[in-house]
Amino acid sequence: MSLSADDVRKVASLARLELGDEEVAALTRQLTGILDYFAQLAKVETDGTDPMAHPFPLHNVFRADETAPSLSAEAALANAPQRDGDFYAVPAVLD
Amino acid sequence: MFQRTASELKTLLDQGTVSAEALIGEFLQALRAREPRVRAFLHVDEAALDQALAVDAKRRRGEPLGLLAGIPVAVKDALCVAGGPTTSGSRMLRNFVAPYDAHVITLLKKADAVLIGKTNMDEFAMGSSTENSAFHVTRNPWDLERVPGGSSGGSAAAVAACQAPLALGSDTGGSIRQPASLCGVVGVKPTYGRVSRFGLIAFASSLDQVGPFAHDVTDAALLLQVIAGHDPRDSTSVARPVPEYSRTIDQPLPSLTIGVPREYFAGGLDAEVEQSVRAALAVYESLGARIQEVSLPHSPYAVAAYYLVATAEASSNLARYDGVHFGHRAEKHSTLIEMVARSRGEGFGAEVKRRIMLGTYALSSGYIDQYYTKALKVRRRIKRDYDEAFGVCDVLAGPVAPTPAFRVGERGDDPLAMYLSDIYTIGANLAGIPAMSIPCGFTRGGLPIGLQLQAPPFAEEKLLRVARMHERATDWHTRRPTL
Repeated sequence: MSLSADDVRKVASLARLELGDEEVAALTRQLTGILDYFAQLAKVETDGTDPMAHPFPLHNVFRADETAPSLSAEAALANAPQRDGDFYAVPAVLD
Repeated sequence: MFQRTASELKTLLDQGTVSAEALIGEFLQALRAREPRVRAFLHVDEAALDQALAVDAKRRRGEPLGLLAGIPVAVKDALCVAGGPTTSGSRMLRNFVAPYDAHVITLLKKADAVLIGKTNMDEFAMGSSTENSAFHVTRNPWDLERVPGGSSGGSAAAVAACQAPLALGSDTGGSIRQPASLCGVVGVKPTYGRVSRFGLIAFASSLDQVGPFAHDVTDAALLLQVIAGHDPRDSTSVARPVPEYSRTIDQPLPSLTIGVPREYFAGGLDAEVEQSVRAALAVYESLGARIQEVSLPHSPYAVAAYYLVATAEASSNLARYDGVHFGHRAEKHSTLIEMVARSRGEGFGAEVKRRIMLGTYALSSGYIDQYYTKALKVRRRIKRDYDEAFGVCDVLAGPVAPTPAFRVGERGDDPLAMYLSDIYTIGANLAGIPAMSIPCGFTRGGLPIGLQLQAPPFAEEKLLRVARMHERATDWHTRRPTL
């Protein structure tokens, strides 16, 4: 399995991760090596084995539908890099 | 005084021999004297003295006191403590102030513990040496040229250096047990769901678990007893009663079979580590235990399965760092997408980026079946291996890490080599079972070696009792580094 620098850039774009050229070069080499190592999983016979996403089967954990205190808007906004009144502020999405 | 165990200190506090105020004074003094060499902490809480004074006042008024009244506890910086910094070792969260307490912090406060500070860690708990911290490198108290292990390296080093008698860490693939082993202290990863993850900064949600560090098994049992239990705010926490671990800890198991996975000794294990682990097995035999060889046939595939599951979950969990709600935001940007991508590019370190990339790739269209889904199937096979092994033995015993503490900088440029060193610890996270590291010897060069014990789900009581049997027959846990 060999990754190209363009493959790495494509994944970085999916991950919304800006990378410098040196980072792309290093990751191309490192990820290729790691994916080669992962390829050994193909040797394990898993026909008829269900995927296990969670250590113990737990389904539909509900709490009672009752109101309870939650963070105030002020507390929730306290760590915002930029705010506008009671809103998070971001660069314009549409011109 | 600061070299004593939490249980010894608890007795002194209860007898009135020492006040919480005097005790925290001693610990803060020791912490500050040793910190320039060890650098275990990211933040020391200046209000620790006030917490201690409040405990003393409560005691004077005759009010009921919690299990850890007046005992200093250090906390991994991945756990939120309201009103204070919580960085998870990342530049991304350098200025983040936690708006609420993690559930385990609420429980520590209820137990009247004194929170002494936040400890260093690999960024977002990704690493095995604490060298991936965005802030500084923590040193192993037994040899300052070496790493303390990771990712909870600050917590392990803080207990080993007697800067705090107890500490909390988190373990996603060995991040409590491996640093405990490398620093010569006790570290426990509880069963998945035994301890609430609410307020723990997420790395891989189906693997993460909070657990204790301590000088000995008795202290670890005490701290686990305080933090375990159901929390409605973590839907994966389990509603089972919490046994009083410290009440039964000194009862040896009358009939004990210890399974030894043959794959753990197949190769790549340091000779001195193997010698100490085998010596620990001999201790159990001398105590009447039966040693039985078992097989975990899929364990050679655990590293590959683990790094696919963990990075896939991490790539999803870390999507929340977008420069919008909290965390670092890049100064220069023209569009929203550019702002998000640049904030992440600037805020994350190399290892975190590598894992986000791996996880994103493993989940991407065209590759998800080959990588992520395949890893989940292998995960089930690994779990079944454990189920079968526990059909013939009470606990499993083996090494924690293939080598003792390595030198700072030694493994910097080879991520795969670092991943492979997690081989013995990641199985417990994939299967969700409890496991721990206890001191079982030293290398000729004076570096600590840990023994790993693993038990079936929710068998922490048995696990701790078995660990205590070894501890009562040896004195490794009583040694302290010269600093």
